[in-house]
Amino acid sequence: MSNLSTKIGSVQLANPIMPASGTFSEDLAQVFDLNRLGALVAKTITREIRNGNPTPRICEVRGSMMNAIGIPSKGVDYFRTNSLPFYAQFTPPLVASISAPSVDEFARICEEITMPGVTAIEVNISCPNIEEDGKAFAMRPSTALAVMKKLRSATDLPLWAKLTPNTGEPAEVAQACEEGGANAVVTANTLLAMAVDIRTRKPKLGNVMGGLSGPSLKPINLRMTYQCAKAVNIPVIGCGGIATLEDVLEYLMVGASAVQVGTSTFVNPTVMVDLVDQLDAYMRENHINDLSEIIGSVRDKEAADAVFFQEAAE
Amino acid sequence: MTQATHHTATAPAAGALSVFAADCTVKYNAPVNAEYGHLIVDAPDSILGCEPGQFVQILCPVNSSEQPYLRRPMSIYSYDREAGTLGIIYKIVGQGTKALTKLKVGDPINIMGPLGTGYEVKPEWNHILLWGRGVGLASLAPLAVEAAKAGKKVTTIYSARSKAVQLPIDQFEQPGATVITVTEEEGNSGLDNIRRMVEEQIKENGVDAIYTCGCDLALIELKDVCRIYNVPGEVALEQRMACGLGIGQCCSRPFAVEGDIVHKRVCKEGPVFKILETLV
Ligand SMILES: Cc1cc2nc3c(=O)[nH]c(=O)nc-3n(C[C@H](O)[C@H](O)[C@H](O)COP(=O)(O)OP(=O)(O)OC[C@H]3O[C@@H](n4cnc5c(N)ncnc54)[C@H](O)[C@@H]3O)c2cc1C
Ligand SMILES: Cc1cc2nc3c(=O)[nH]c(=O)nc-3n(C[C@H](O)[C@H](O)[C@H](O)COP(=O)(O)O)c2cc1C
Ligand code: FES
Repeated sequence: MSNLSTKIGSVQLANPIMPASGTFSEDLAQVFDLNRLGALVAKTITREIRNGNPTPRICEVRGSMMNAIGIPSKGVDYFRTNSLPFYAQFTPPLVASISAPSVDEFARICEEITMPGVTAIEVNISCPNIEEDGKAFAMRPSTALAVMKKLRSATDLPLWAKLTPNTGEPAEVAQACEEGGANAVVTANTLLAMAVDIRTRKPKLGNVMGGLSGPSLKPINLRMTYQCAKAVNIPVIGCGGIATLEDVLEYLMVGASAVQVGTSTFVNPTVMVDLVDQLDAYMRENHINDLSEIIGSVRDKEAADAVFFQEAAE
Repeated sequence: MTQATHHTATAPAAGALSVFAADCTVKYNAPVNAEYGHLIVDAPDSILGCEPGQFVQILCPVNSSEQPYLRRPMSIYSYDREAGTLGIIYKIVGQGTKALTKLKVGDPINIMGPLGTGYEVKPEWNHILLWGRGVGLASLAPLAVEAAKAGKKVTTIYSARSKAVQLPIDQFEQPGATVITVTEEEGNSGLDNIRRMVEEQIKENGVDAIYTCGCDLALIELKDVCRIYNVPGEVALEQRMACGLGIGQCCSRPFAVEGDIVHKRVCKEGPVFKILETLV
């Protein structure tokens, strides 16, 4: 067995494969042994009890999907009394995921979720901020900095900032999170998208717009992972469209220290375990002893001109 | 068969695997008529440990003209643990089901299951009544088979648009069972007429429970009947699904439970729900 372990700041993971928030729950323990994962990432919760969006909440687009689930939440108490003891049966570290519509609410739930059994807190700052005309905190460096500073003072646990690919300033937002005290950034959440049923002329999602996830999101979030890994000194966790070993390796090569797998689990429920096995086999076959030999190993020096050209085209 | 225990949809204990995604082999795949196909696969025991009312998620094959991505939920239409086979009836509507029509005997197909919570039949119930519409009949078929095996009398009312698109009813034709088929074409499938038949059964033969699948209008009528005659009833519902495992809350619907509105996942707490809890 090669050394698949990786570190996200102070958090040691047995392997770099973990689920993406909202695409993982206690229910998956019916399908495979959760101890095989690098970490357990819980569904985002909010302080208030929420039912979520109208249906249909999901639809398919070619080779991918869209969702507008709307973060249904049973609140912090439910998490404490139900999810926490359940996940405590397993060895991988538990990462809680939280969200809130304002900076103060965010800080409050961050404090409340700081409890024994939670190893790190992923902060879903890709959600709308009602104080900033509904724009997600992670859309702009200024709002990302403000919320991260407040969150930093609310907990001593490691904070992972989950970013959005909808921003035009990914590197600046990641830097703002680092400055605000984030211990890692997760790149990234879903991309805002839309689909229409031409027969009924109705939007395919009850919420009209929703988040694109799955294979078609991969090149976008991979690019964002690359940009953020270049811009910050804290670890970057890649996420978006990962389905195959090749996808995992690409994310690692552009600088991700670990990856999250979301939608693919819906298609192949054991995909995360398969990826751990395939990564191990790949490393053995290629005589790679340590994951650090892959992380950030992309050979991009020759391409510097192209990168500049891309920036000029923006 | 579902005994008096409705599975409680709480989280499973660590280490207890109960859902399986397996490569199955196509044993039979042919059209039933212009609208429906019948697929039978060789399936492992793990998936065949299913109960009436449960469903599977099928990874439909990708080909040059159809590229389905997510799995497609399909009711378990038949299962035979001895022969090691599982059957589904699929209505051909879009990418996934069109792709299913192209499967040939011997082809592999990945199936995940068994999923969801099935029908509840209490041991002391003697006579159950089923009302199926269209492809909703698929979900009710294993219920008819298992109830007959348990010595219960099963009365089935099956309504279809026309004789030409009727599904086979052999699984319902058990010893002592009654099957009444009605069609729009014959003009006897009106809700009033079916409701009259249901009420007649309740009054004349005594009905211990009613089960339905496939039609919202039928559900509205049955909700009324269940309330008036105080007969328990269950319905298998459909909802757009993604994971099928209860993970994403993709398929939640509101229900009325003891005066509260409660959101339940069709793939987990369902697809079978108490008729009186539905909001129709
Ligand atoms: C628990 C459950 C059991 C089911 N059992 C059966 C069955 O035994 N036989 C059968 O033929 N069908 C069944 N269905 C419906 C079946 O899943 C859909 O018809 C199928 O997914 C359509 O796939 P497609 O790719 O061919 O069509 P798509 O191209 O995906 O869609 C074609 C049309 O079907 C509708 N549709 C798609 N998915 C669903 C869905 N999950 N529920 C309702 N409508 C949908 C779309 O709105 C669209 O109008 C069941 C659904 C559920 C939730
Ligand atoms: C059904 C669904 C629910 C999701 N819920 C959440 C959530 O609660 N919190 C969150 O931060 N991200 C959520 N996401 C986004 C995923 O965590 C992930 O960032 C995104 O789907 C991209 O990865 P993927 O392409 O591998 O799915 C959700 C995605 C899906 C498809
Ligand atoms: S289909 Fe995902 S929760 Fe039901």
